[in-house]
Amino acid sequence: MNNKLTVLRTEQLKAFYVLDVQGTQKVAKAVNEVDLAIYENEIYGIAGESGCGKTTLLKALFNDIILPLRLIGGKIFYRIGWDEEIDVTTLSPEEKRKLRLEYISYIPQGSMSVLNPVLKLRETYEDFIASHVSGQSREEIFELAYKQILELGLPKNVLDVYPHQLSGGMRQRVTIALAALMKPRIMIGDEPTTALDVVVQRGVIQMLKDIQKNLKNTIILVTHDMGVHANVADRIGIMYAGKIVEEATTELIFGQPRHPYTQFLINSLPKFGDKNVRSSVPGSPPSLANLPSGCPFHPRCPHVKEICREQMPGFTQLDENHKVACWLVGEGNHG
Amino acid sequence: MTFLKRYLIPRLFQYFLVIWLGITVVFLIPRLTPNDPVMRMIGEMRGRGSTLEPGAMDGIIRDLTQMYGLEGSWLDQYWAFWVRLAHGDFGVSFFQFPTPVNKLIATAIPWTLALLLTTTAISWIVGNIIGGLAGYYSRKGWSRTLDAIAMVIRPLPYYIFAFSLLLLFAYVVRWFPITGGASLGAIPSLSWAYIKDVLWHSILPALSLIILGGAVNFQTMKLFVQNTNSESFVQYAKMGGVTEDRIVSKYVIRNAILPQITGLALSLGQIFSGALITEIVFSYPGLGMLLYRAIINGDYNLIMGITLLSIVGITTAILVVDLTYPFFDPRVRYN
Amino acid sequence: MKILRDLFRDYRFTFSFSVLVIIVALALLSFVSPYDPTLWNVVPKDMKPSVEHWLGTDSNGQDIFWQATFAVRNSLIISLIAGLVSRFIAILVGMVAGYKGGWVDRVMMFISDSLLVIPLFLIFVMLAMLVRQFLNLVVLGLMLAVFGWAWDARVIRSVILSLRERDFTNTAILSGTGTVKLVINEYMPFAMPLIFSNLINNIAWAIGLEITLAILGLVNLNIPTLGTMLNWALFYQSILLGRWWWILTPVILSLFLFIALYWLSTSISEYLDPRTRIQRVGA
Repeated sequence: MNNKLTVLRTEQLKAFYVLDVQGTQKVAKAVNEVDLAIYENEIYGIAGESGCGKTTLLKALFNDIILPLRLIGGKIFYRIGWDEEIDVTTLSPEEKRKLRLEYISYIPQGSMSVLNPVLKLRETYEDFIASHVSGQSREEIFELAYKQILELGLPKNVLDVYPHQLSGGMRQRVTIALAALMKPRIMIGDEPTTALDVVVQRGVIQMLKDIQKNLKNTIILVTHDMGVHANVADRIGIMYAGKIVEEATTELIFGQPRHPYTQFLINSLPKFGDKNVRSSVPGSPPSLANLPSGCPFHPRCPHVKEICREQMPGFTQLDENHKVACWLVGEGNHG
Repeated sequence: MTFLKRYLIPRLFQYFLVIWLGITVVFLIPRLTPNDPVMRMIGEMRGRGSTLEPGAMDGIIRDLTQMYGLEGSWLDQYWAFWVRLAHGDFGVSFFQFPTPVNKLIATAIPWTLALLLTTTAISWIVGNIIGGLAGYYSRKGWSRTLDAIAMVIRPLPYYIFAFSLLLLFAYVVRWFPITGGASLGAIPSLSWAYIKDVLWHSILPALSLIILGGAVNFQTMKLFVQNTNSESFVQYAKMGGVTEDRIVSKYVIRNAILPQITGLALSLGQIFSGALITEIVFSYPGLGMLLYRAIINGDYNLIMGITLLSIVGITTAILVVDLTYPFFDPRVRYN
Repeated sequence: MKILRDLFRDYRFTFSFSVLVIIVALALLSFVSPYDPTLWNVVPKDMKPSVEHWLGTDSNGQDIFWQATFAVRNSLIISLIAGLVSRFIAILVGMVAGYKGGWVDRVMMFISDSLLVIPLFLIFVMLAMLVRQFLNLVVLGLMLAVFGWAWDARVIRSVILSLRERDFTNTAILSGTGTVKLVINEYMPFAMPLIFSNLINNIAWAIGLEITLAILGLVNLNIPTLGTMLNWALFYQSILLGRWWWILTPVILSLFLFIALYWLSTSISEYLDPRTRIQRVGA
């Protein structure tokens, strides 16, 4: 149905936190039957309120499922060559490690503690590079690092300082530069703009866009900030209570949102010239350890129907690039 | 310059202030307690059955008063006390009259230093290595077992622990000699036989110090490593596919060891006071044994000498830690 | 009730609790002792454990079991006095220093820092040497208390400092709550768990110091404590003479007591610390 090349795909992905709280077992269904297909050369945004499981989904996409998070079911495919898809959940730890930074890299929220405080940035770079290449090419990559730092407009001496000597925005840029250094096919960002003020945020967003245009790779961006998504993403997946509830191109998500939850998210955005008071989503998101029956959004939904309380809807394909899981829109097809 | 004015000088001032306070307390204690040490001495001499002429008695009282530095007003005494200290004079010992306290301490110190320097170093190195490994692999069975053992050893006071070891190894299984620094009648020399004899006698006291000190180092290091392991810079390095040996050495250990360096300096500072009890239990001829004999014989000058030495040792160690810590931690260095 | 149930899930808490119950029961038994602990030669000397004398008798002609009940009771009294009084000083100093700030804070923290640095054991030795004959349970307990508050005063001060920055402090002050009331009603509940776990550690420290001072003969040896019991057993060479029942009684009692106190304080503080609670959950 789509002739774009899928670079990362999940099938019925289920990743739960299984906790043993004082003798009783608690299960938090953070990623619940998620099907994603993310293409080459696009920026894919994942949006949702805090606690909806989007960071956990990101970890799962990064193939970083460690206790207490457990892979309950489903598969995660990376397209590593041109035509082979590999289920990366079956790889050995060493194989997983090698994929990181080279094939798929991670951009953290650039907080104070994300870089080793006792190492100069040069040494951090050295550790990251030397873990993936050896010998002669290591020096070449260091050359490359210097070139890249200049290209990205970072100060020349940025590698000669300690992390705490950098501003928050500068730290964030460094982590992005490091993530892009080995030209990975996928870059994953976990709220990379959240801790920054608006002016710095714009610079960082532009940097992400430039890098993507340059490398023609895929960026998966998780943030709760719909404004950032509107600026950056090509396609957006809306996540609610561990599930993707709507997925479409950015235009369609903002132009014709169909899921009531997406509509709430869009309406809560300030619009230029509109002086009305912004409405936020009523109520609060459900606990992932204690989900409501049926569609998890039904307790907050203004259009709730009988069936919403009983059964989770499947996806209705509205358009080549638009699918929604909501009883208001369609029956959906249960796979 | 600002470093000197804002940091070094206040810190040195504090150092001397603490030493002054400690020494003043040592000066005040015999003067504030409700009995007169001279009269107590006389009483004890009478108690031992010595009878003296009244005239000779006055002479002894005068001599003792002078020896205790109890002539004149408190202020005079205080001044004389400092003058004597400034000359490095702790007075003469009572029970080995008229040997100067300095000389007694000087003969005991090599024994204490030899025992304490080795045991402190061994327990620090071994405790940190095992503790670090146990912290990194905290989910493994052997890590939990070691933790449980440390939980039993840690709370025991030196005396009870050392004494239990002595009971077990010297009386029950009779593997090691019971007392002394060397066999009775052994003549000090550089011969292999004598050195072996000394080492043989120091095994139990050394073992008690190493196990107890090692348990403390083990527990703290394990906790530091566990905490560091969950820091975001370690997680980030893992996400960047940095090899495990690099993560362990440069990210986890390098950060977790920082407070332990402080700990090492502090335990080196306690060299003059840390093992007094151990030495008494094992009749090891160092400062502890000297203290014990001083206590039994009521030799106040000698106890005062040992106490002053300990105060200077500990405060100096803390000063050294404060002044050298910036070399280990760049965060402190640049603030 | 739920807290207790959760705590009993930790084997360390269960162990400590049981041991302490037994030890306190032992201490209470001293009140029905058939013998006066200060009298010598009330029973035949150096008897092995028997039906009549459960733990045997010692070379002073005293029954070791009943002597041990007094020893445990007295050691607990000393350490409780030391623990509670030093807690009072620590709370007072910590709260005043933390709340007042300024030079009051600096002076108080200088004093407590100095106390932390000075080798307390040697100071106790000097003091005890000079006042040995006045050293009854209360005086010894108070002596330990006067020197044992420094660390906890620091801890409480830092708790107060962080609480002072929080919103509810301003709210309380703006709504006219008095300082004393603020400290007692608003701050104490936060500091209480910490104070309790420090109290246990302090009690262990006091018992340990008493034993050490007693071994060195620096306390009144006619008052039975764990320390003086050991001292007498050593004085009569009970090990060399094979009177293991005498020496082992105070040693084993102390081993269990120290482990129990430490485990009690760690299990409680781990229970209270949300970080380790999460770690435990994650395991």
